[in-house]
Amino acid sequence: MSSHARVPSAAHAGLASPAQVTFSPAQLAEVRRLQGLYPDPRAALLPVLHMAQDTFGYVSLEVEEYVAGLFALSPAHVHEVVTFYTLYFQTPKGRHVVAVCHNLSCHLAGARAIIDHLEARLGVTVGETTDDGRVTLQSVECLCACEHAPMMQVDERYEFDLTPEKVDRILERLR
Amino acid sequence: MTAEKLLMRNFDRADSHTLEAYRATGGYTAWPKAQALDPAAIVEEIKQSNLRGLGGAGFPTGTKWSFIPKNHAGPVYLVINADEGEPGTFKDRYLLERDPHALIEGMLVAARAIRSARGFVYIRGEYVEPWRRFAAAVREAYDAGYLGRGFDVVVHRGAGAYICGEETGLIASLEGKKGWPKLKPPFPAIKGAFGAPTIVNNVETICHVPHIINRGAAWFAALGTKTQGGTRMYSVSGRVKRPGVYEASVAITLRQLIYDLAGGVTGNGRLKAVVPGGSSAAILRADEIDVTLDVDGLRNAGTMAGSAGVIVMDETVSIPEALMVVARFYAHESCGQCTPCRESTGWIYKMCHRIVEGRGTKDDLDKILDVARRGAGTTICAFYDGAVGPYISYIEKFRSEFEALIPT
Repeated sequence: MSSHARVPSAAHAGLASPAQVTFSPAQLAEVRRLQGLYPDPRAALLPVLHMAQDTFGYVSLEVEEYVAGLFALSPAHVHEVVTFYTLYFQTPKGRHVVAVCHNLSCHLAGARAIIDHLEARLGVTVGETTDDGRVTLQSVECLCACEHAPMMQVDERYEFDLTPEKVDRILERLR
Repeated sequence: MTAEKLLMRNFDRADSHTLEAYRATGGYTAWPKAQALDPAAIVEEIKQSNLRGLGGAGFPTGTKWSFIPKNHAGPVYLVINADEGEPGTFKDRYLLERDPHALIEGMLVAARAIRSARGFVYIRGEYVEPWRRFAAAVREAYDAGYLGRGFDVVVHRGAGAYICGEETGLIASLEGKKGWPKLKPPFPAIKGAFGAPTIVNNVETICHVPHIINRGAAWFAALGTKTQGGTRMYSVSGRVKRPGVYEASVAITLRQLIYDLAGGVTGNGRLKAVVPGGSSAAILRADEIDVTLDVDGLRNAGTMAGSAGVIVMDETVSIPEALMVVARFYAHESCGQCTPCRESTGWIYKMCHRIVEGRGTKDDLDKILDVARRGAGTTICAFYDGAVGPYISYIEKFRSEFEALIPT
């Protein structure tokens, strides 16, 4: 299923311009270390793409080409991988990503109301980023914390047993 | 019924994830015993224990290990499936966060049994905290000399895709590709990761291994049923008083799990339906819960034990809405490789959606059943068959509820 995105400009999201798509020497050493962990160095592609996204903000076509060069892979192969997985962003994302689970257990616990509340508070619909580049809102499939439904992931952290009030307190923290 | 806890025995300790706590509670005592055993003897012990895969398929673990070709000259790999993603399941998250050394010790024993010098642990990308915890435990195990002396462990993060929980999809993803499953045979034990013989086991399955080595196959087998040994961790969510993870024998009934362990039903207090083994398991009605939760018990009841993700629904839950949510999941997660799965999951979601919105037609229900049945068994992997379970069972068991939403 496709989800459209209202894309903020790279500038206000505080992202590097494509010309700056280069890892530091320390990062390049880390790439070589990761590649050495596997019988086939290409197996380090997913971890290196995580690094690239953390560094450059999202995985642009330029980033794909750069990473392909580090692996002697075709950019087409890297593009195929990037587009297959949900955690790689192909367009600029907000400084924070709020991903609300909408699968069965969270649905039974009122996930729809949590999503409605977030949409109203943030002034965006699911799939969009706030105009100030602060938050990208997503609804996602099961994050496997159903005992704490409804729940969501905010950047790296799981947030449990959500209520509208708790959601507001979490949003307060996001700058 | 609430047998001694094996997998969760340390969960109450705040420091349960540390090497110190693991060793203080009997950890790393199975590994020296396994080192004194011939690999074939370890495989035989696991076979006799009736340990079965706890990730979903329920395959006998020792038998799987025995498929590695004898006297294979090249490398053999052990891959741990920590790509937990089956809706309703959350047990492996607890094991990674709270007892990571149990997994490492189990891997050491398993690796000796299959003569593997390198293991990979594939953790779903969203599990950042479990990944950090497990990676820290691996560093501790290296420093303590458990790892790095004939067996190495690589911790690998996924990037978001349910299909990578399917073992051949997981292997493709581990190799740096999109997670498209492969036709079997060849099975991974013959040709798996990087073209080498590979055993893929679930986290919980491997966490049981040290207990079996320490206390014997007969003891473990006696904890369960005739065809499945041990305990397992049930993830219980939905409309119950005490949602959470519970360890108990595989021989307890669904009724005992819901009412005795999870405290009974919330909502209006009256049970309507239960998903017993993750969203891919066929749904059970309230009058079908006197079944044991072992692999064969649930198979005989027309559903499956799967990952033991139990989702409880009281009478106020709309089954058509629940199916729409489940159908959306399968439509989103279909990898797109096989036409029947790619097309049917999207089509069936659209039909479920319009039924819930009051725009369904009389033909829609039979069309969903027809489309579901035609595709079953025609695809490369078990994903689509897993979607067919809910499509058919929700409609067949709660048909009048769907019909009530269709304009006449």
